[in-house]
Parts: sequence; structure tokens; C-alpha cells
Amino acid sequence: MATIVTKVKRKDRKAERKRGQGDAPAPDAPIEPAQPEAPELDIAPDDPLLAHLQSAAGPVDIDKLTFDSPALEQMRAQGLRLIVPLVTQGELIGLLNLGPRLSEQEYSSDDRKLLENLAAQAAPAVRVAQLVREQQAEARERERIEHELQVAQLIQQNFLPKSTPSIAGWEVAAYYRPARTVGGDFYDFIEFPDGRLGIVIGDVTDKGVPAALVMAATRSVVRTTASANPSPGAVLARVNDILVPDMPRNMFVTCLYGLLDPKVGSFRFANAGHDLPYVRRPDGRVDEFRATGMPLGLLEGMEYEEAEGTLGSGDTVLFSSDGLVEAHDPHGEMFGFPRLRERMSTHRGGANLLDRILGDLAAFTGADWEQEDDVTIVTLACSADLPAPKPPTPTPAAADAPAPRSSKEQAVVPAEQPTSRQIVRFSLPSEPGGERAASERVAEMVEGSWLTADQAERLKTAVAEASMNAMEHGNEYRGDLPVDVEVSIWPDRLVVRITDLGTGQEADQEEPDLEAKLEGRQTPRGWGMFLIRHMVDEMNVTTEEGQHTVELVLRRKEDDR
Amino acid sequence: MNLQALSARVRTKNGVAVVELAGDVDGSAESALRAGYQEAAATGTSTVLLDFGAVGYINSTGIALIVGVLAEARRDKTKVLACGLSGHYREIFQVTRLSDFMPIYADEHEALAGA
Repeated sequence: MATIVTKVKRKDRKAERKRGQGDAPAPDAPIEPAQPEAPELDIAPDDPLLAHLQSAAGPVDIDKLTFDSPALEQMRAQGLRLIVPLVTQGELIGLLNLGPRLSEQEYSSDDRKLLENLAAQAAPAVRVAQLVREQQAEARERERIEHELQVAQLIQQNFLPKSTPSIAGWEVAAYYRPARTVGGDFYDFIEFPDGRLGIVIGDVTDKGVPAALVMAATRSVVRTTASANPSPGAVLARVNDILVPDMPRNMFVTCLYGLLDPKVGSFRFANAGHDLPYVRRPDGRVDEFRATGMPLGLLEGMEYEEAEGTLGSGDTVLFSSDGLVEAHDPHGEMFGFPRLRERMSTHRGGANLLDRILGDLAAFTGADWEQEDDVTIVTLACSADLPAPKPPTPTPAAADAPAPRSSKEQAVVPAEQPTSRQIVRFSLPSEPGGERAASERVAEMVEGSWLTADQAERLKTAVAEASMNAMEHGNEYRGDLPVDVEVSIWPDRLVVRITDLGTGQEADQEEPDLEAKLEGRQTPRGWGMFLIRHMVDEMNVTTEEGQHTVELVLRRKEDDR
Repeated sequence: MNLQALSARVRTKNGVAVVELAGDVDGSAESALRAGYQEAAATGTSTVLLDFGAVGYINSTGIALIVGVLAEARRDKTKVLACGLSGHYREIFQVTRLSDFMPIYADEHEALAGA
């Protein structure tokens, strides 16, 4: 008696491509694994033979089957006579396929009884063997995934700096702990040949492998872009444009990128929606380094505000990802920004601040904390004795102007770097009174720069007048039309550019003559451009491609340097 | 930033009508400024003192309104003085030549002594 065992795979995910498979030797051949396999038998999942065998009681005579079945035809062609279904727990798991008896006699009822008993006992055993093999395969698969995760972790660790930069007078410390094997947080240090240090901290939405892949891409793009571009705002704008087309749906990256000039303590930075860095001052005060911008990867063509802060001896900056402030204690309370500020203020600054904040976090979350999100913290502590920033020279006319908040907050503008500047851009809707907002925002931005209080007042008036012209005449107070304001602070001059869409008529350019106005020969109005011209050192008006721009320039006086 | 509607309170001292202005002298100030001047003129005085001590913001539209007041005062043959201007707005009154038609004093005391 020759048999061919046909396995019928279980109807699970992997067996969608179900097919019969002969794995016993051909009839009359000794049963040895090295022998060529019996002809393969494909049984389609929808073949009526399967349903028939599933419910058959005992061996089935192939010749007695009359329905139309491709598998059956194949079996007949192979000379099979008898099929014994292997059924266990109601499930067809295999077939014993028999050819003609070697004695050429028909299968007797005893034969059939024997085969039925055999099938009844073999079926559970075969099933057990199948389960064992499946489990082994699953275990191998799990092992493979775990191994791949470990490789991913190694690769990701390679993307993070292996050490922190060593710069005389500065101490940099970093901590990174993903919530899973791999995470979406990242930080990076980019050392430039001129001694400046780029500091990057970022956070990809989501966790695990998808976040890690986006993190790796972002980190590389930031690194490449930063090395070719000196402006943090421009770097983030470029990185954003590169990332947008390939960013998976519902994912984005928050990122802060800043450039430290360790020689003078200036920190120029731009921010794509990342948590603001905190600066602990030597007196325990905690300041923010504030700049705004959209997270990376959401919308093309974003612009990033660029700001500059000043660091001196005893200052410590703490950069972190939201995994720190959004950590919860066992009662569900969040760590939060106020606590972070308070803890930073309480501790002494310096390189130890990182460890102390980690200690605070551990004490807050408790020992059984199941880390919710990746936690990344970078600290930058200054112990260098830097030249004190030069305060603006007060003038008698400026006696009633507010004093600078502190010398620490004045932007350092080193004279030996004439190209260094700080640029901030913003837009405002065109509505009556909107010029006040423009004027106040510009005033805030130049606070702490080299502008004298007197110049700041003149600038406020000039910006208000130019913005009012832009909103009222250029954009005809249409709320949907923006007025764009760009402020650049250079070591020797300040430039404000106010741009409208130039749809309306610009203000009257006639030189106002007060005498004529008082006598009614001129309208009382028409002072706007006149005022602007008298408030600034230079005014340039350009119109191109439907944009009307008024450029205001204030120069730094020689004796103020 | 605080947008503050202009208010004008009128009182007389030493025969001078003092208009105490408080708030912003911009486009929104027209009726308050005009009413303040007219109330001051109605006292029958020959001299009106505009006190800008509580004014935080003056723009080009506000300058035009002040020109309007000066023109009205010229018809009324009323003298107009100003006081309480910050250094910055004093400069603006000078470049626009408002100060040529409206003597500027540091405060009310100095203005009344000068008048």
C-alpha cells in the first residue's frame, strides 16, 4: 500500500495561499527523505473537494466522487484511489492519499476500518506537530524582529552624538532615553570651523520605529543644511521644505536650532514649534529663549523667526523635549513648565543642572514609572569670562524711556562680524488700528539692541505711520490682506521693511505746509510720509510684482559704538 | 499695547482754559478733541492750553486733528498753548512746525506763567 500524505494548511493568515503538498515518496519507493518528492497536489481553497472531505466519515473513494473538482482530476491523473481525511477538532488538516493496493485487490472494509482508525489517531498528532512548527516559526519571527529593533537602536544611537563637544569655558551635557527601544527624539551638535557650535534638539510626533525613521532623516537633513547656511531661521525653512513632500501623514517634527558663538556668548536661534529653552541666570532668575515657527514637515514655504539671546558666566541653558514636562506622577499630575522653572531656579546652575533635573523627574514619577514619551535634555553651561555686552548709551532726550531690563538681555553684536544680524518677520491683517500692533512688536524686538531710547521712539512712530499707510491705502483695510514686516538688526544699522500688496492708492506725497493747512489751502491731513522721512535716517520705497515696500533705515551713531 | 480713546476735561485757571487730554490722539480722537476745544473756547477765554501729559500716542491723523483745532482757533482769534509733551512728541511738533503756531511748555505751571 502506497500513501501520499497531503497536508491541508490551516486557514490562517499564512495559509491564504493554501495548497496541497505531497511530502511522501512515490509509490513503491522506500520512505527516505532524500527521495524525490511525490507530485505536488494543489487544492484551491474554494475547491468543493475540501468541503466534501471535511464532512466525510472515513476514507473516500475517488471514483465515487462525481462533482467537478480540479484537485480531484489531478488526483485521478496521479492514479490515486482512496483519500483519507485527517480531521481533528472539526478541522481538515491533511489527507492520506492512497494509490491502488499492491495486490491489485480492492480496499476491503477491514482496510478502510484500519485507515479510519489510523487517521483518527494520526490527525491530532499531525496537528500537534503543525502547532509546534508554527510556534517555532513565530518564535523565530519574534527573535528576528527583536534583533532588528536592536539593530535599529544601534543605528539610532549612531545618529546621536557619541560625546558632547568640549569648548573652553562651556560645558555641554546631554541625556536621551526613548520610551521604547527606539524613539523619535533627537539632539545634535554641529561644530563649525570658526569655533561656533550648532545645537539641535527635536521631537518627532509618534514613538517607536516610524518616529525613529523620520528622526534619522530629519537629523541628517538638519546637519547637511546647517553646514551650508549660517542663519538658523533659513536652515529650518530649508529643512521644512525638504521634509514636507516625504513626511508621512499625521507626522511632523518640532525642532529648535541655535548657533552659539562661544567667544562672545551670543546664541542665535530659530524654533519650529519646539518647547522653548530655559536659561537659568546666576541670580536664580529663569528666562525663556523665545522664537516662534511652525513644526517641520507640515506646510511648505514656512518662515522661521530668528532671535538672539546672550549668555554670560554662570548662565545655564536647558533644552528639553516634551517627554520631560509631560511626565506624570502616580496620581496623574503632570511635571509641567512651572515646576521645571521652579526646580531650575532652586538648583545651582552649571553642568550638574542636568543631573539634578533628572533627579527631580525620578522623584516626581516614582520608581514604577512607565515612561510615556522619549525624554531628551541638553544643557549648556557657561563659565567663560566673556566681555560684558555694551549697554546702549542713554541720551538726555531719552530720560523718560524705559531702562533696558538687564544687560544680560541685550543682543551682543560683535563689531568684527559685520554680516551678523538678527532678522524677525511677522504679518498682520490690514485693519484700522493695526499699525499700533506693528509698532509695538517692532519696539519689543529692538529692545536691548544698540538703538538709543530716542531712536526707538522715532522707529515706533515711523513703523506705525508706514504700517498705517500700508493697511489703509495699500491694502484698503481688507482684513484678508496681510502687511508683512521684516526687522533686521545689523551691527551698524537697523532696517525695517513694511510690505503691502499695493492694491490701493498710496498716501498723498504732497509736502505738507502748515501755513497752507491753517489757511485752508491744503487739507489738514497728509502728514504720514512727512513724519516717516523725519523719523528715520533713510527711507526707500519700492514697488514690484504687486508688492509695495517701504524700507526704513536707522543708523547707529559712531559715538555709540 | 493699550488703545485708549481720548478724553478731554476742561477747566479754567488764571483765565486760561486748560484742556486735559488723556488717551490716544489718533483718528479715533476727532470728536473728543474738537468737543474739548469748543468747550474751552466757550468759556470766553482768549487762551487755550492743550495738556498732553496723559497722552501716550499721537499719529499723523492726530497731527491733522491738532492742525484743525489750530485753524479753528485762528478764526476764533484764540491763542493755543501746549504742554506735557514727551521729548519725542515735542520733536514731532517741531518738525511739523506745530510749535511755531502753538508755544510748547514743559507743564501747566510753566505754561500759565508764560501765558
